[in-house]
Amino acid sequence: MAERIASAVGADGQPVRFYLTEEHHPQNGTLLGFWLYLMSDCLVFACLFAVYGVLGRNYAAGPSGADLFELPLVALNTALLLLSSITYGFAMIEMQRRRKGAVLAWLAITGLFGAGFLGVELYEFAHLIHEGAGPQRSAFLSSFFALVGTHGLHVTFGIVWLVTLMVQVSRLGLTAPNRRRLMCLSMFWHFLDVVWIGVFTFVYLMGTLP
Amino acid sequence: MTSEVAHGPADTHHDAHGEDDGPHATLKGYVTGFVLSVILTAIPFWIVMGKVFESSSTTALVILAFAAVQIVAHMIYFLHMNTKVEAGWSMLALVFTIVLVVITLSGSLWVMYHLKHNMMPMSPQQMRNAP
Repeated sequence: MAERIASAVGADGQPVRFYLTEEHHPQNGTLLGFWLYLMSDCLVFACLFAVYGVLGRNYAAGPSGADLFELPLVALNTALLLLSSITYGFAMIEMQRRRKGAVLAWLAITGLFGAGFLGVELYEFAHLIHEGAGPQRSAFLSSFFALVGTHGLHVTFGIVWLVTLMVQVSRLGLTAPNRRRLMCLSMFWHFLDVVWIGVFTFVYLMGTLP
Repeated sequence: MTSEVAHGPADTHHDAHGEDDGPHATLKGYVTGFVLSVILTAIPFWIVMGKVFESSSTTALVILAFAAVQIVAHMIYFLHMNTKVEAGWSMLALVFTIVLVVITLSGSLWVMYHLKHNMMPMSPQQMRNAP
């Protein structure tokens, strides 16, 4: 809210004064920009959800969700992703306290939970393909692999980003740019958790209903 | 500037302005969000795995409602969403996105459902010869 006073000389020789009130704006637009990226990513997922909603019951005489999905495995995956969300939250709290070691430790735990999630998901995919229920089997399985695979790809890139940031933080410390990057990844990670809520409800739980 | 007063004299002018740590995260907030999401995840799994309701559509509606509540809980406690972040622009973008998502989802399902119902019936013979 800086008020600048500009002056010029008027026609009658008297100085003319006028005030410029500048609107307050966040100096760092990165977080808002990243939020806008997440919202566009949300639209990508909305399209994939719509495709699954339309095609999700076209089994082409193949297996249905009730035949394929193992809910205990999905529950384990959900738990892993939820735990990784809270451990990332702990990393953010330690970041505010400027404790580098604790931040790195919580980030490492978050990465392990994320890797566990990916491992379970890859096991599930391999199992499905092995049973002959690969993406080419039916429209249902195509849309299932497209939606869940896209989410898994996001988690993969999130882990790559997380490891990169761990190297950055350990070498350069919790500098302002590194804190900004950690905040962006925080939004990304929690956003993936929000998408997973839609996946486990809409795909897995509703898919197993008779 | 109230924000500078709150930060105390130790903080520099720089910190009080743009490059602070964004929305302030608290342990209480994260734990509340975590407990809420555990409860809101466990109940839908229990409803489906324990076959609590007879009808599938009732179950679907109930678990969708739980998912909606859990998404809101995540937005508030994990993503620190409120009307003040970035002077309200984040919330504006979120509302716009929700509108688009609702149009995409409900529109697609509605249109394709009606398309399916209004298709001319086909015999297996015709289906084989269809392009």
